[in-house]
Amino acid sequence: MPEPKTFIGKTAVLEGLAEHPAVRAILAWKPEALLDAKFDRGELTLTIAAEQIRAAAATVQAAGYNFFEDVTAVDWFPSSPRFQLSYHIVSHSHKERIRLRVMLDGAAPAVDSITPVWPSANFYEREVFDLFGIAFEGHPNLCRIMMPDDWQGHPLRKDYPVEGYR
Amino acid sequence: MNPGTPILEAPVAQGARDQHMILNMGPQHPSMHGVLRLVVEIDGEIVVRLYPEIGYLHTGIEKTCEAKFYQQVVPLTDRLDYLSPMANNLCYCLAIEQLLSLEIPEKAQWMRVLLAELTRLNSHLIWLGTHAMDIGALTVFLYTFREREEILRIFEGLAGQRMMTSYFRIGGLSMEPPLDFFDRVQGFIKTFPEKIDEYSNLLTGNPIFKGRLKGVGILSAADAIALGVTGPNMRGSGVDFDLRRDMPYSSYEKFQFKVPIATAGDCWARYEIRLIEMRESVKIIQQALDGMPAGPIKADAPKIVLPDREKMKTQMEALIHHFKIVTEGFAVPAGEVYQGIESPRGQMGYYVVSDGTAKPYRVHFRNPSFATLQALETMCKGRMLADVVAVVGSIDIVLGEIDR
Repeated sequence: MPEPKTFIGKTAVLEGLAEHPAVRAILAWKPEALLDAKFDRGELTLTIAAEQIRAAAATVQAAGYNFFEDVTAVDWFPSSPRFQLSYHIVSHSHKERIRLRVMLDGAAPAVDSITPVWPSANFYEREVFDLFGIAFEGHPNLCRIMMPDDWQGHPLRKDYPVEGYR
Repeated sequence: MNPGTPILEAPVAQGARDQHMILNMGPQHPSMHGVLRLVVEIDGEIVVRLYPEIGYLHTGIEKTCEAKFYQQVVPLTDRLDYLSPMANNLCYCLAIEQLLSLEIPEKAQWMRVLLAELTRLNSHLIWLGTHAMDIGALTVFLYTFREREEILRIFEGLAGQRMMTSYFRIGGLSMEPPLDFFDRVQGFIKTFPEKIDEYSNLLTGNPIFKGRLKGVGILSAADAIALGVTGPNMRGSGVDFDLRRDMPYSSYEKFQFKVPIATAGDCWARYEIRLIEMRESVKIIQQALDGMPAGPIKADAPKIVLPDREKMKTQMEALIHHFKIVTEGFAVPAGEVYQGIESPRGQMGYYVVSDGTAKPYRVHFRNPSFATLQALETMCKGRMLADVVAVVGSIDIVLGEIDR
C-alpha cells in the first residue's frame, strides 16, 4: 500500500492539490473564505470562514459534491475557538469525500444553516443544536431532537458533567 | 421539502382547523419498528403532514465512547444498529485502523467481507419478514426467521453470541473461526437462493402485497439525494451509487457483484432491490469462500493487537503487551477520520477525532436510518393513512441507530 501524501496547511494544499475539483471551485469562488486546509489520511479538509459556510456549501455542490452525508461538532473546550463543525460531503461522480470545517467561538455559537442547500442537513443540525448548543440561523425547525424539550444543558459538551445528580 | 415544522398541537394549515385531525402513531405501536412516534395530520384518511418524533431510545452512546478505550467502543457499536452488528463493528474498526495507519492481513479483510455480507442477509431477512407482516402476510415472517436462525447459529459458533457479536477487533478479528465455519456457511448459501425463490413465490405474485406496495411511497431521485436517503432506498429511486463498488473498503474491489437499480422509487422497487441484493450477497459470500486467502487474522502490531493466549503464557514480552493494552489501552495518533461503508440500510459513516490519547476525543455515528426518516413526509404526503405503515416498513429503519 503506497503511503498517501499528506499536505498540512493552506499553501501546501494549494500547491499539492491545485487540480482538486473542490479546491478549484472554492478558489474560483472566493479564495479569502478558505482559511486553512489539510490533506491527511486520504481526506481533504477545507476550513471555511464561519459566515461563508452556506455559500461554500452551494459552491462545492455545484462542483459535483452532490450528496451531503452529515454535520457534527467537536468541542475543544477549554481551547479557543471552542467548537469545530465538520460537514462531510460525498460526490457521486468524483467518487470522493471532502470535509468542510468551521471553527466557532464558545460564547453564543451560531452559524448559518445549510438546509437551503441540502434539506437533509435538517436533522443533523438539530442534533448539533440539541447536544452542543450551536444555533443554526435560517433553520426551519430548530428544536431539540434527542433530549426532551425541557432539558437543561447540552450533553455532548466537554464541560457537561458525566456523573452525579443534576 | 424540508421535513416539516412540529405539529403537536392543533392543525396549523390555514382554514383547516375543523376538518383536519392530529393522530399519534407510536411510540408504542406494532408497526413502528421500535419506539418511533409519528405525529400525523390527516384530512379524512389522507395524510396532510407527518412529523417523526424521535429520541425515545437515546442513550448517549457518543458520550459514552469518550470515556472508553478505543477497543472498548466496539461492543457499543453493536448496539446501534442491532440488526446488523458486524457492519457497525467493521465501520468502527476501519476508522480506527485508518487513524493508526494499520495494515490488515488479507484473510482478515476477506473474512470481514464475508461476515458483512452474512449480516446483510440477516438484516434483509428481518426486514422482509416484518415488512410482509406489516402488510398482513404473516407467513413470510416464519420463513425468513427460519433462515435467519441458521445465520445466528453460525454467528454463535463464531463469536459465542447470536446478536451482539463484537467479533471484530481493531487490527483484525478476535479469534480464528471454528473448524466447521466455512462448511456451515457453504451449506447455508447453497440452499439460500432457493429460499429467496420461496419468499418471492409467496409475495411477488400476491395481489394484496402488490396492491399495497406498487405506486406507494414514491421518492424521486432528486428528493432522495436532497433528503439524504441512501442504500437500497436510494437505489430504488434510480441513483446508481454503492460504496462497496464506488469507494471500496476492506478489499471489496476484488469481488464481482452487481448493484441493482430500480427507477420507480416506490415501495415495490425497494422490495425488489433488496431481494436482488440478497442474491448478490450470496455471490459475494461464495467468492469469499472460494478464494479465502491463508494467513493470520490479526495485524502484526503487538502494541495494539492482543497476543495469542499461548504466546502470552510463554513469552514475557507478550505478557507485558497484553497487560499494557488491557490496563492502559493504546494511544492513537491525533487526527480525524471519516470512514464510510455500505451497511444493509445505506451509507454508514463513523467520524472519529483523536487527540493522541488512548480514548477517542469524539465519535460521531452517521447512521443511514436517521437521514432516511427525513424523507418519510415526502413519501407519505397525499397518500392514505394505511400507506404510512407500508412506507415505514419499506424504508427499513432501526430505531437503535436513529436515537443512539
